[in-house]
Amino acid sequence: MGIIQLSNLDLVWSAGLVAALAVLAWMSSLGVSRDLLIASIRTAVQLMLAGVVLKVLFANAGLGWVGLMALVMLLVAAWESHARQRHRLDGVWGVGLNVFGLFISSFSLLVFALLAVIEPHPWYQPQYSIPLLGMLLGNTMNAVALGMDRLNSSVIQQQAVIEARLALGHPWQDAMTDIRRDSVRVALVPVINAMAAAGVVSLPGMMTGQILAGIPPLEAVKYQIFIMFCIAVTTGSAAILVVSLGAHRLFDRRQRLCLDRLRLRGG
Amino acid sequence: MTQVLSLERFTARNHSLMENPPPPLDLDLQGGQIVSILGPSGSGKTLLLRAIADLDPGDGLALLEGRERDTYTGPEWRRLVAFVASESAWWALRVVDHFKTPPPVADLAALGLSSRLLDREVRNLSSGERQRFALLRSLANDPRVLLLDEPTAALDPTNMDYLESMVKRWVGESNGSVLWVSHDPEQVCRVADRSICITDERFLE
Repeated sequence: MGIIQLSNLDLVWSAGLVAALAVLAWMSSLGVSRDLLIASIRTAVQLMLAGVVLKVLFANAGLGWVGLMALVMLLVAAWESHARQRHRLDGVWGVGLNVFGLFISSFSLLVFALLAVIEPHPWYQPQYSIPLLGMLLGNTMNAVALGMDRLNSSVIQQQAVIEARLALGHPWQDAMTDIRRDSVRVALVPVINAMAAAGVVSLPGMMTGQILAGIPPLEAVKYQIFIMFCIAVTTGSAAILVVSLGAHRLFDRRQRLCLDRLRLRGG
Repeated sequence: MTQVLSLERFTARNHSLMENPPPPLDLDLQGGQIVSILGPSGSGKTLLLRAIADLDPGDGLALLEGRERDTYTGPEWRRLVAFVASESAWWALRVVDHFKTPPPVADLAALGLSSRLLDREVRNLSSGERQRFALLRSLANDPRVLLLDEPTAALDPTNMDYLESMVKRWVGESNGSVLWVSHDPEQVCRVADRSICITDERFLE
C-alpha cells in the first residue's frame, strides 16, 4: 500500500481552519486567539525544522550527531518543564533536577529499548532512537512539570501543616508523605488516562501516523503498546525521582522547611 | 531546681529581616518554671520561639539539660522542645489519627474533652477543642520544654482556663519548663513565674 502524500495546499487548508477557529475565539472574546495562533505557528515552524534536521541526521547517522541531537532535546525538555512550574526551586536545582530526572529515566529506557528490544543496526540508528526519545521526553517533561508544580505549590499552601508535623518531631519524609504522594499521582494522571483510553476513546498519534504511512495496523499496534509501556515507566520513574529529590531539597540538614529555596515564576 | 533550657546570646536569624530586630537573648529556664514573653505585635516573639524550636535557623547557643542543640537531630530536638502555634494545623481526617496512642482519659478530662471527640473529624471541632487537642498532641511526646505562641488567643475564658490549668499541671508533674508568648498581662500574672518584655529593641525582665 503506497503513501498518500500531503501537498502544501493541504497544509494551507488545515492552517485556514485554525485561523477560522482563532477568529471565532476572538469574536467570542475568549482571549485565547493570540496563544492559539502563536502555538500553531510554533508547531509548523518547529516541525518543519525537525523534519529538516531529521533528514540531515538520517543521512549522517553518526553517534556524535545523534548524541548532540539527544542532548539538545534533553535540555529543551528540561527547560520547558521548568518554565511550566509556577513555583520553582531556586538556582541550579531548578533546571538541574529536571535534567537529571529526564536523563536518568528517558535515556536509560531508550538505551534498553534500542539494545534489548528493537535492536536496530547500528543501535543508535536515528530513525528509531530520535523519535523514540522524543516521545519519551515529551511525556516525561509533562509529568515532571506537573509533579514539581504540584509539589512546590502544595508546600507553600500547606506550610502550616508541614511545620505542625515537624514541630512534633516528625522527620521531613513523614511531614511530606501526603504531598509527595499527591504530586506523583498528579504527574501520572495524563499517562494513565492515555493508556486507559487508548484504542477505545482515542487512537494514539504514533499508531495513527504509522497506519497512515501504510504500516499494517497490527504492527503499528505492537509498536504503540511498547511505546506506551515505555512512556509509563519513564514518566513514573521520573516523577518519583524528581518529586523525592525536590522534596528533599526543601529541607535543610536539621530538617527545617526552607521556603526561601522556592521562587515564584517571574519573581 | 534543675536548669532545663539555656540560651546564650540567642537570636532568630529571621530577626535580621525586621526593621528593628530584638537583641540576642540570654535566658535560663529552670524545671517547673513558666516564663512569659510579652511585647507588641511584630516585635519578633514568634520568630524567637520558632528559632528556639528549631523550625527556623537561630544563632547563638541553645542547650537542653546541658547538651548543645547540634548534638540532637532536628526531630529529636523538636520532640523535646515542643512548639505550639497560636492556630493548630491538622493533616489527617480524624482527631485520633494525630496520636500514636490515644491520650489518657485523665488528660482529656483535665482539658474538659470527651474521649468521644477522638473519633470526630477535625473540621467538626471548635477552635477551643482543636487548641486543647493540639496541646495534648505535643505533650504526648514527653517534651522537656513547651514553647507556647499565644495558644489562647482565639479561646473563650472557659477554654483558656482549661488550657492554663493543664499547662500548670504538666509543669508541676514533669518538672518541665514553659516559654509562653502572651499579649494578655492578666494571663501572665496568672501563669508565669517570670516574664520578659521586648520593648524598644531590648529584653526587660
